[in-house]
Amino acid sequence: MNVPASTAGKKIIPVVASPDKGPIAPPPGADEETIALYEAHKKIYPRSVSGYFSKWRWALVFLTQLVFYGLPWLEWGQRQAVLFDLGARRFYIFNLVLYPQDFVYLTGILVISALSLFLFTAVAGRLWCGYACPQTVYTEIFLWLEKLAEGDRSARMRRDAGPWNLDKVWRKAAKQFMWIAVGLWTGFTFVGYFTPIHSLGAEFMALSMGPWETFWVLFYGFATYGNAGYMREQVCKYMCPYARFQSAMFDKDTLIVTYDQERGEPRGARSKKADIATLNLGACVDCSLCVQVCPTGIDIRKGLQYECIGCGACADVCDTVMEKMGYARGLVKYSTQNALSKHWTNAQTLRHVLRPRVLIYTGILLAVVIAMLTSLWLRAPFKVDVERDRGTLARIVSGGRLENVYRLQIMNTRETPQTYEVSVEGLPGLTVSTDASMEVGPTESRWIAVRVQLPYEGAAPGSYPIHFTVKSAPVSAVVTEKSVFIVPR
Amino acid sequence: MSDFTSNFWSVYVTAVTVIGIVACLFLLWFSGKAKAMTANDNTTGHVWDGDLREMNNPLPRWWVGLFVITIVFAGVYLAFYPGLGNSAGKLGWTSTGQLQAEIAKGEADIAPIYARFDSMTPEDMAKDPQAHAIGERLFMNNCSQCHGSDAHGSKGFPNLTDADWLHGGTPDKIIETLNQGRIGQMPPMAAAVGTADDVKNVANYVLSLSGSPNDSVRAALGKPKFAACAACHGADGKGNQALGAPNLTDDIWLHGYGENAIINMVNNGKVNQMPAQAQKLSPAQIKVLASYVWGFSNTGAAK
Repeated sequence: MNVPASTAGKKIIPVVASPDKGPIAPPPGADEETIALYEAHKKIYPRSVSGYFSKWRWALVFLTQLVFYGLPWLEWGQRQAVLFDLGARRFYIFNLVLYPQDFVYLTGILVISALSLFLFTAVAGRLWCGYACPQTVYTEIFLWLEKLAEGDRSARMRRDAGPWNLDKVWRKAAKQFMWIAVGLWTGFTFVGYFTPIHSLGAEFMALSMGPWETFWVLFYGFATYGNAGYMREQVCKYMCPYARFQSAMFDKDTLIVTYDQERGEPRGARSKKADIATLNLGACVDCSLCVQVCPTGIDIRKGLQYECIGCGACADVCDTVMEKMGYARGLVKYSTQNALSKHWTNAQTLRHVLRPRVLIYTGILLAVVIAMLTSLWLRAPFKVDVERDRGTLARIVSGGRLENVYRLQIMNTRETPQTYEVSVEGLPGLTVSTDASMEVGPTESRWIAVRVQLPYEGAAPGSYPIHFTVKSAPVSAVVTEKSVFIVPR
Repeated sequence: MSDFTSNFWSVYVTAVTVIGIVACLFLLWFSGKAKAMTANDNTTGHVWDGDLREMNNPLPRWWVGLFVITIVFAGVYLAFYPGLGNSAGKLGWTSTGQLQAEIAKGEADIAPIYARFDSMTPEDMAKDPQAHAIGERLFMNNCSQCHGSDAHGSKGFPNLTDADWLHGGTPDKIIETLNQGRIGQMPPMAAAVGTADDVKNVANYVLSLSGSPNDSVRAALGKPKFAACAACHGADGKGNQALGAPNLTDDIWLHGYGENAIINMVNNGKVNQMPAQAQKLSPAQIKVLASYVWGFSNTGAAK
């Protein structure tokens, strides 16, 4: 539907065509036509790139994968250093043993992750997407393997367009072999966080893994293979929720990958020796390398687009071209909207990094991190749950004493056996009538019935708050839990 | 869907389901194309407020494939599982059937664990940590509601950790109690004993049997009247496990301590019931549970 030429009483603002975007209004005489709203996937062949940002990306690939692939193999005492034992409901993280009751720390980690995402995005755009996101990291690894087997962009494009011959078959087979191997290894490592990886390795070799282990190795392996090998930028463009909301954290002082339009336009091919001024050309030689290296297949010269994951590949490749041409680097670079439009120097741009929202994000992030670390540091080495017995409210026992029964669950988070002493306070003459000392094995949780007695006339009928104090040894610590003592009529 | 009283609702549900699925397919098909003015800048030519333009960002076709897969899945699911009105589906699945299958699987899973205890005596089992742990869980789930989680009972519910047994404390007797349950019945005896004063005298005599504080004059007067009680509790008041009659000479007061509690008991009687567990628990479970309970008063394993 077009805008009616004359809407009664309404002022029509004339639409101005921008130089690179074509006319806004359809050309006169254009007809309505049927367009497809579903689009076949157009394969993107990113060209490999080297440069400053590429080095950073590879450094992060190595760093994150060293942690991911390496961590489960680390031993800590008698066990795996990091193991999430879902069956026994214990999470082992170095010297920490977390119970399901410690779930609040997961909340803490998620809050920290979210705030970090806000902070880094506000400062420098989609740093997470471009450098640390598993989708980017595995795509990078899979692209490298693809290049190893099939060559770089042009070779791949030529071979894909050509007929199936022996060369094409073995190269594709080699690529598939490497992809599947990396995918399976990733799936295996993932499962290794939940099942001791050494025994899992032995089972893997003997092909005797349990059905669920097999399923998750294959599932996670297939997800890696499919996402990094085939889905690639499609995941970022159509499936990733973070991709969409990160742009909400951008402002005009956020560092983004930008094309310096004033300097680059008008673009055009020219000889290296040619004088730009006389040709009336900008610095852009229109070599289209920035488009060829882009993993999401966009043209950065059209401005910031939602597909841009901020990886800086275009900046790297443009810098190499600028150097070859003898021009200054930075035609495509990390800059801010304000810096470009107001012609700020780098120092001025950096000064604007410290703006209120960045300071607030940093403040909250630091507060949460400190709170979480303090809480972990001060965490009691055992937990106690007190449950009043559900069978008996209160009873009178021989010797004419009032008795209430409680069940104490003592959860030992230490990997050594501990002895616990239970005492009770809250009413005069209140005593623990059962054996007040109990032993709980390493990382074990035990329910123990505890009887508490009061002299018959010790208190008027009613419900009284009392406190159980549990002391542990050899690790000395005290935990106090409250409950109630009931005196019947 | 046998809950429906008439076939109408079955047809209705089937129609809604099928029409819904077909409508999804229809929508998917027809929303794939649109008539629009296309400008050469990837916009549809729609302009609002002068400069707000609609981009044409087509949905990737593989994602449409995912929608198609869900529709195929719906068809396959409805063919195998109930969902289309009265149709039971090819697999004949029911939630009852699934429950039965899971119970059977659960029993098959635990059978080897209990097989270990087949040849063990209750004495051995009471010392065995695994039997103890299983017994504790069974007790917590089935017995602690009345007898308390420490098995010490409370008023009206016997303490299982002392040496006093109403129906016998051998492992075999405990198994019998668990299997069949027990009914403890004391009829109102006031008429048989005599006047209210006689009842009071008998109560004092009963207190004297265990050496509890009592009025010795009344106790002496009550002694001959105790003959009415001796039929069950025995001439010496030591009770009778065959009848489930409590021993009155010890310091254990199941239904309350003191003169008033005893008078109340003589006047009104009491029917106390322990439910049978044979329907809930397997013989193997009963055996493990019995040895756990037996252990309370026999091995010092009770805590």
